[in-house]
Amino acid sequence: MDSVKDNELWRRGNREGSALFRKWFDDLDAAADAGEVGAYVFVMGSLTEILNTFDLPIIFPEITSLNTAIRHDAADLLNEAEDHGYSPDICGYVKADYAVQNRGGQHPMGKLPKPGLALLTNACNTYLKWGEIWERMFETPLFTIDVPGTRQKGTQTWPGDEQFEREKRYVRVQIDELINTCEEITGEKFDMDKLRETLTYSNRMSAAWKQILQFNKASPAVFNALTDGTAYLGVNNIMRGTKEGAEYFERLLEEKKWMHDNGIGIVEEEKHRLAFIGVPCYPIFREFNNLFSDWGGVFVTSTYLWFASGGNNLGFQYDLDNPLDSLAEVTLIHVRDAMDSMFHPEQIIFDNMDDYGIEGVVYHPIKSCRTSSTGLADNRRALMEATDLPSLFIESDMMDKRVVSIAPMKNRIDAFFEGIEMRKAARLQGALQ
Amino acid sequence: MFVQLQNRIAIFTSGKHVREQINPSCIHVRSMAVADARLVQPINNGIEDTLLGWRGASLNELLWLARETLENPEWPTVKAWRNKGGKVLGHFQVYFPEELAHAAGMLPLKMCGAPVEPRLSDSRFGSYLCSIMKTSLEQALSGRVELEMFVTHPICDAARNLGAIWGRNFDYPCQILYLPQNPNSSYSKQYLMEEYQRLGEIIQDVTGNEITEDALAKSISVFNENRRLLRQLYAVKKETPWKITADEAYTLVHLAGMMPREEHNEMMTQVLGQLDERPTRKQDRIRVVFEGGFCEQPPLDLIRTIGQSCYIVDDDLLIGLRWILDDVVVDGNGMEALANVYIDNSSYSPVQHDNNKPKEKMLLERYHAAGAEAVIITAAKMCEPGLEEQVTYIQTLEEEDIPFFISEFEENMTTFSHLEIQLETFVENILFD
Repeated sequence: MDSVKDNELWRRGNREGSALFRKWFDDLDAAADAGEVGAYVFVMGSLTEILNTFDLPIIFPEITSLNTAIRHDAADLLNEAEDHGYSPDICGYVKADYAVQNRGGQHPMGKLPKPGLALLTNACNTYLKWGEIWERMFETPLFTIDVPGTRQKGTQTWPGDEQFEREKRYVRVQIDELINTCEEITGEKFDMDKLRETLTYSNRMSAAWKQILQFNKASPAVFNALTDGTAYLGVNNIMRGTKEGAEYFERLLEEKKWMHDNGIGIVEEEKHRLAFIGVPCYPIFREFNNLFSDWGGVFVTSTYLWFASGGNNLGFQYDLDNPLDSLAEVTLIHVRDAMDSMFHPEQIIFDNMDDYGIEGVVYHPIKSCRTSSTGLADNRRALMEATDLPSLFIESDMMDKRVVSIAPMKNRIDAFFEGIEMRKAARLQGALQ
Repeated sequence: MFVQLQNRIAIFTSGKHVREQINPSCIHVRSMAVADARLVQPINNGIEDTLLGWRGASLNELLWLARETLENPEWPTVKAWRNKGGKVLGHFQVYFPEELAHAAGMLPLKMCGAPVEPRLSDSRFGSYLCSIMKTSLEQALSGRVELEMFVTHPICDAARNLGAIWGRNFDYPCQILYLPQNPNSSYSKQYLMEEYQRLGEIIQDVTGNEITEDALAKSISVFNENRRLLRQLYAVKKETPWKITADEAYTLVHLAGMMPREEHNEMMTQVLGQLDERPTRKQDRIRVVFEGGFCEQPPLDLIRTIGQSCYIVDDDLLIGLRWILDDVVVDGNGMEALANVYIDNSSYSPVQHDNNKPKEKMLLERYHAAGAEAVIITAAKMCEPGLEEQVTYIQTLEEEDIPFFISEFEENMTTFSHLEIQLETFVENILFD
């Protein structure tokens, strides 16, 4: 393993991802200092491909907020927002961002430009409430791209279907209206060639990301979906539709291919292959993962990799001959898929449990995010009825350390692994007899 | 007749709440009225009454009967409808175009919680969730209500999960109606009309009845009348609030969501006629607007508690039943007309963002139009949109120097003494300021 770790490729994506994050924050800081405003967007349907053509600084407030939790800076921000009237029971991302904005954009990683445009989708209702806060604080124009989701499991429609085409028209009109809004805000004309260029980069990112996800079907896993995967997701969002993003993911693909081809796993001894459903526990990000890795558990996939990747997990390629129509089509599919992976995660497990060799499922509903958490208990019930996969259900939060209790969490995780190991031992014994 | 009388008593007194303030002689009189009503088998536009006893009853008898019915978790009006072979479409808060279900011969049932313990549904949800989600599902899981179809809406992050949860537990269609979250798009009305058509086709499949233009026009006219009557009731609340208490008015409105609308129209017509003659006198109470009842409903006793010291002259309780502000004029295409009024002539709530209806300004309009002296801002526990909106409402009311009282509630809360004391102090501060 030492020689592997000496190889330049080993964890190169993590190092380069960190550098890109540092640069992103530095660029935002410079833009804020120059008095520029930014476009605030969200991971589930950011449409940065359009915004890139207008050269707007792009801020992902979900990412800037979660960053405060990872850095253990969130508590003060949450308290400040709560002092201003925001309830302890609402989304922690919103509260952390509110406090940052209230401090003139002063984020622990640098200053953030003021919201000059809020672009959001309906993939999460809190996006709307969040945008309304900026609207009231800064009179920020708020633009919603409304994307109809799946009406009932199994009834999705696809290109060529009448319903799909109707909905695509709705999304397309809204994209046209977004372009008009951007032109008004920036005073610049929309440039179709620039859009083609940014779509080309997105296509490269998407193609690479899809292949990277597939590599984890093999054992040993080439990345941990919870830790490494979250870092990759961050780049997937902040560098979407950029040259740096495309190059990053192609280099990451090279790294993962090298690991895959040489049978190199992300951990030395992979004992249990797990799927993670929900949003990570950022206040104790590494420690949380260690509670699993100490038992040899590796998260080989997660629904987070799906719904928070802005749809890139699907690997769809934009049609560069028909960019706006294609953007409407892919946006409709991407955002819908993000919602499906939150509301119907059992399907992801059913579809992938054999391919990924999943031996256990960890559900992590959180106080802050009802979108991804509300249905998880019922989902687990459905999973248990349909399969004999061991599962664990632990509640905490993605921002608020006050509701993260490590000791009881550890007890339950230990019991979960004891159960898995007993089950494996029994199976082995049965096979030997 | 004796048997009928026994049955009827069983129906109307089997609920868990029999109020101590009820005069036993009143019950006797009501019983006789019900018995008489059963003998004549009242027919209303070809639809038999689902609630027996209100025709010809005195106002107090009717209001008592209404309250007993509302607090009966067995939902006797729905059962009566089903016993006659009727089908039921349950729709979650906030707004649903009930005319679509009605035109196909279904009973549109407003699913907005119930006074029950979530014994079965609790295991389907995690923590940090509002009560209405759990008790609505409890009604279905417990078999207290049987449906042929369920519809929810992406009004909030929790409710948008309900379609998937319901769908995993029941075989009948469990649909999401994607009401537009970008009502300011030039295409939103067209999209919504098509969405209504899509849903209408499923309703037709469920019922076997075609939703013809004629049937839809008739349904719209029934609901127009209902909305007119509710507006009249609210005019009484505003002009002569001593004529009807807040909880009485609320009870009458709520029944609209759980009984055939034709029957409710006739009942409301009778009540409004009786209110004129009600021997009540104006009392020294302050006039308040109640805000925060758009989804989960406060317990009746909470409304009654407020009513003891305040006149609630306007509110957003069950706003979905009053979402459309004026008559829907049908000119050929009923679905188009319904879609247009949803966008163009509708009320407001924290779960819809519309550039033309900034919620804090709408609240001020409601306050001024009602001639109120103060605002009670509430939110259901764990209701993210409600809790977030509270912050803005508070800021706005402070800027306008309008007295306000803040509170949280849960539909199944049972103690109100603390609230009562706080509210009395608030009222005294205003009265003696």
